[in-house]
Amino acid sequence: MTKPSSSRRSTDDRLFRLGTGFFAFLVVLLVAGIAYELFRDSRLSIAKFGFHFWRTTTWDPVAGQFGALPFIWGTLYSSLLALLISTPIALGIAIFLSELAPRALRTPLAFLTELLAAIPSIVYGLWGIFVLVPMVRQLEIHTPDWLRKFPLFSGPPLGVGMLSAGLILAVMVIPFTSSVAREVLKAVPATQREAAYALGATRWEAIQAALRFGRTGILGAIILGLGRAIGETMAVTMVIGNNPRISPSLFAAQHTMAAVIANEFTEADTNLYLSALIEIGLVLFVITLIINALSQLLIWSVSREIKAKAPKAAAVVPVQPEVAA
Amino acid sequence: MSQHSRRRALSNVVVSLCGLAVVLALIPLVLIFIYVIKQGFSSLNWDFFTKMPKPVGEPGGGMANAMLGTLWLITIAAFFAIPVGIIAGVYLSEYRGSRFASLVRFTADVLNGVPSIVIGIFAYGLAVLPVHRFSALAGGLALGFMMIPIITRTTEELLNLVPPTMREGALALGATRARAAFGVMVPAALPGIMTGILVALARIAGETAPLLFTSFNNRYFTTRLDQPIASLTVQVYTYAISPYDDWHRQAWAGALVLVAFVFVFSVLARVVTRRLERMHRG
Repeated sequence: MTKPSSSRRSTDDRLFRLGTGFFAFLVVLLVAGIAYELFRDSRLSIAKFGFHFWRTTTWDPVAGQFGALPFIWGTLYSSLLALLISTPIALGIAIFLSELAPRALRTPLAFLTELLAAIPSIVYGLWGIFVLVPMVRQLEIHTPDWLRKFPLFSGPPLGVGMLSAGLILAVMVIPFTSSVAREVLKAVPATQREAAYALGATRWEAIQAALRFGRTGILGAIILGLGRAIGETMAVTMVIGNNPRISPSLFAAQHTMAAVIANEFTEADTNLYLSALIEIGLVLFVITLIINALSQLLIWSVSREIKAKAPKAAAVVPVQPEVAA
Repeated sequence: MSQHSRRRALSNVVVSLCGLAVVLALIPLVLIFIYVIKQGFSSLNWDFFTKMPKPVGEPGGGMANAMLGTLWLITIAAFFAIPVGIIAGVYLSEYRGSRFASLVRFTADVLNGVPSIVIGIFAYGLAVLPVHRFSALAGGLALGFMMIPIITRTTEELLNLVPPTMREGALALGATRARAAFGVMVPAALPGIMTGILVALARIAGETAPLLFTSFNNRYFTTRLDQPIASLTVQVYTYAISPYDDWHRQAWAGALVLVAFVFVFSVLARVVTRRLERMHRG
């Protein structure tokens, strides 16, 4: 038989586990709650339009016609454009900061690049409207005529449009991709590079060996950036032109899923209109959920792999605190 | 030999391109800072901090209501997000090996990546739709939901930095796990946790999207939870897309206040985190 004091202690400990576990459960409940509520509030639109909603291009609230394809198009176009610009830069930064920069420069440079993530989205938007858009307009005005014949560069030089949105998104995404990619590279055991050097590799070849070792994690970092770009709202809506029309042109004013919600939510005067906007929110939620889950799994799998392959290298990925423990 | 020098040349090119990437990323950062400081400072004056907005078309006035509104909104958010986040973080750190902890950790990271506009819709459905009125409560809820995963993960990471011998010592002296966690571990990690909270507050203070249709906007200031309330970010947005020069000026001033706020907290967090790391590594 256990002594009364020790049995009280184990009851206390069980209560502690249940009590704190309840609060941890709230985090899970929150995500479940978001999913449930978005689904509940978009039923009207789902029932009325079904899959048609995502295949049609007419967005006419006055006539009660809601087709969301232009927003999907705009979100994918702007995010992929941003990724195309940001990925090489972000990886360059990650390589420079983890492999090349002098030790004294690493911390301040890392801090500065990560500061890009701290600037509020509204500030990016404000800067976008008054500084970036006029610059892009100048660029568009001076585009030679033969280039304008291509669909990619067609249309009047407005300044606002896909190009401005892609550029500003790229800047906003860089710090997310680069900081995770840097952590991944840091976690690659030094033996990988040393082995490459021992075989007579140049610096770049040794870096390639490290990149290859951490490739799943790097892919995770890029996908994380994609998730950020897809969900970004304010800066995009302020520079993209908010025009629900599908166009291949970088110069054309377009629209995104997040932007249409931000713009039209308070104007939605019918239940169907509101429901259609919430359905766009639901799909945005599901897409970012999948993308974030995927990127987390990729990043985690790298640190697990490193832990398994090189236990002595004490793989510490700070985004991954339980490995450190 | 020539192949070797070609390989060396390629290596040097790539190395310099990587350096160039850092410069490319710092250009927009510097440009944004220059514009915000230049445009913001020239528009910043005493009225900006003390006056309410003037009616459309009348020059002058300030954003006193919006700044108070932002402070009030983050207070509401902090009120419920800090306890939930800290206690959830304690669970993750105390039972770090459990499967449920992995699930929560994963969910928190995923939640952190959910677009803020989606969180806004959630808060709208929770607190605006049932009563058909925009409110400070709805805005505060949206911001709080965004804070919870940040605080949870920060608390967990900082608790993991505390040497396990401290917990073991407490347990050996007969403390319950609750006593060891809340009486020993959390106080030891408190400076770091507080910094994490400040960073989270600074971050959500810069959020606009989830407030557009929850707390909405208000030309006056009220502390009532069931009334719409202004915020610095929504006010900057409204002014930025308006056609008035005077409002554009004020939008820049608002942006400067936001950036200064975020910058100060980021630097502070950096300093404290580094000191803590050095302390724990000995």
